[in-house]
Amino acid sequence: MRTLPMAMAVLLAATVSACVTINIYFPAAAAEKAADKIIDEVWQLKKQGEAPAPAKPDEQK
Amino acid sequence: MYSQILRLWMLVALLWMPFLVFAAADLEINTPAIGSLKMTMQQRHDQLAGHYASGAVGLTHDGLIAMRDAALVPLAQRQAVNGLVAAENQDRQALYREIARANGHPEWEEEIRTTFAQRWVQKAASGWWHQNHAGAWVRK
Repeated sequence: MRTLPMAMAVLLAATVSACVTINIYFPAAAAEKAADKIIDEVWQLKKQGEAPAPAKPDEQK
Repeated sequence: MYSQILRLWMLVALLWMPFLVFAAADLEINTPAIGSLKMTMQQRHDQLAGHYASGAVGLTHDGLIAMRDAALVPLAQRQAVNGLVAAENQDRQALYREIARANGHPEWEEEIRTTFAQRWVQKAASGWWHQNHAGAWVRK
């Protein structure tokens, strides 16, 4: 009975090819997320800690 | 015999796990090259922001920037702004190329550029100019 090792070899090949397949397609969602992160930094859209402070009408006097 | 094979199989499966996880994870953007591009672009943005707002410079549909209306820039500054635009475009091209390369897929460069083109426009302030798909200038 040599079918079991054979089946395992096939399964292994399938697993390996699946890994390759996943990476071949362009990860659009991940790319969008990466772009947003870089743009936020380059344009300084989200300053860490600081509130956006949209000109608070905080009349002190 | 079979339990031995099974054990070997499980070991092989375990060894592949990190690759499966990696494939589903985010794109790699934390390389020194990308970091330094981000920094120079951030510094340049202080000089460019006013020109985006005035409409002199706009965002192109291919993820770059361009002088849209040079008449909006005082003659004395025009040369400098042209230089800024050229430098920014060089950095943007390098950025798209580096992200593709950092993720082991140089052929993704064009798709990364397209993604960025959409996101730059999405995140642009209102009043800034950008090109639509046909290449015509539109005010956001």
